Amino acid sequence: MTPDQNLFAQQETNRRQSVWLVAGFILFFAWLGFGGDWALYLNTAGAGPQGYHHTIPALGILSTLLASGICWFSWRFGAQRVLWATGAWELIEPATPQQKQLVNVVEEMAIASGLPRPRIWIVPDPDPNAFATGITPQTANLAVTEGLLDALDRDELQGVVAHEMAHVSNYDTRLMTLLAAMVGAIALMSDGMSRFLRFGGRIGSGNGGRSGGGGSDRGGKGGGPLVLVVLVLWIISMLLAPVVSRLLAMAVSRKREYLADATGAQFTRNPAALASALEKIEAAAEPTRTITRGAAHLCIVDPAARKISEREGLVADVFASHPPIRQRIIRLRGMAYQQLKRESTASGTLPA
Amino acid sequence: MMLILLAVVVAVAFWGIGAYNGLVALKNQVVNAWKQIDVQLKRRHDLIPNLVNTVKGAMDFERTTLEAVIAARNKAVSATGVAATAKAEGELTQALGRLFALTEAYPDLKATGNIAQLQEELTSTENKIGFARQLYNDVATQYNTKQMQFPTNLLAGVAKASPAELWEIEDAGERAVPSVDLSMNKPQA
Repeated sequence: MTPDQNLFAQQETNRRQSVWLVAGFILFFAWLGFGGDWALYLNTAGAGPQGYHHTIPALGILSTLLASGICWFSWRFGAQRVLWATGAWELIEPATPQQKQLVNVVEEMAIASGLPRPRIWIVPDPDPNAFATGITPQTANLAVTEGLLDALDRDELQGVVAHEMAHVSNYDTRLMTLLAAMVGAIALMSDGMSRFLRFGGRIGSGNGGRSGGGGSDRGGKGGGPLVLVVLVLWIISMLLAPVVSRLLAMAVSRKREYLADATGAQFTRNPAALASALEKIEAAAEPTRTITRGAAHLCIVDPAARKISEREGLVADVFASHPPIRQRIIRLRGMAYQQLKRESTASGTLPA
Repeated sequence: MMLILLAVVVAVAFWGIGAYNGLVALKNQVVNAWKQIDVQLKRRHDLIPNLVNTVKGAMDFERTTLEAVIAARNKAVSATGVAATAKAEGELTQALGRLFALTEAYPDLKATGNIAQLQEELTSTENKIGFARQLYNDVATQYNTKQMQFPTNLLAGVAKASPAELWEIEDAGERAVPSVDLSMNKPQA
């Protein structure tokens, strides 16, 4: 009973957090846009009757619309975007015994979790890794790398697939997919913005003569410090956005890994297999090159070289998208031991 | 005073609707989980003729084992009723186990690849049966707990909830005699 309640609570939490994420995302962009408008308004308030007055919050409206558009896009196409970014191809007709086995294992885990079978994708990458993406369990996608298929035996593969199905069943994938799509969008815009700032600065100095009128206005106005504060705040949040979104994505991911390990073990009733799968994946320390930072938090282990996530402590806690694999293996082995103990006592003292 | 009474009545009514719907939903989940087992059993029956045809030529002198598999399969297909089905399936599992143990002794049979593929299919089907059973037991346990717990138990009669029996299996090697409540699984009978 308790695990089911856990699952239900986790689903609720993820649904709620998804809504918060979307709301926060739109609000953040609204702040950027309207903040810019405000700075411009204060800046142009002192201008003469002929001068430009920034009265219509065009930036704010535009950026809010943009954020809403990104959210809609992330919801609708986020999963495809993630899959596309990794270069995964969909496995429809299994050609090799290896692929057939993968399909079978996924079908088994779909039954064990009571969910529809997700679409199966293969990432052409020699490093073992796996992830799941999708907004609902009905539209879920499960991707594994070629390296994973080569490295793991049947039981271990089952453990990894069960872990991913656990993410699907408790709606982790919804939140994670939205995050991945949004992080991608923010990173893209931040890159554009810093280029614009550098580039714009050069234009500004080049056009110094023409915009000189505005400049002298700003200098002579009393609201100068306030304008500066707003402008600085605005630029800082613009520059911090990618860092914040990365931290958010990572913080949100780590807690879930332990839970997904546990739920996955509940599906397979074989925590030891996942533990040995993690050990094998850890041993293959190559970074998964095809999986970019934006989708890192979706994966079963951090696709970047696993240096940070192996360390424990504050820095690791803040920057790693995954808990240390060692920790996860220890917990899984503990579960396996508990199971063994339970089974041996149960067979001995089971009431008739 | 009147208002408080009204509020209590409304609250109880809302709780009742929720609890009733919860029980009905769980009951349907139990039925559905049972169906999943059935689907996988059928799949296994369909795979076995293939398997037998593949190994027939190479294992001609293991005739008794092959015949045992075919007999167990036919018995399982024609079995009606849950207890009989479960018993027949248990025997089929054992017959298959013996057959696969024997194929180990035929390296050229393994080399053709065909048998390996069939073995993977059957392994997967066995797993699916196992996981479907596991899901069924989980859902049935949840359903049973729900209808016994206070205060939901007050509504169990109204929702026509009766305890679903779990599909217990002992060690796969031993002959399991699972029993599943028939009244619970009407579509099955």
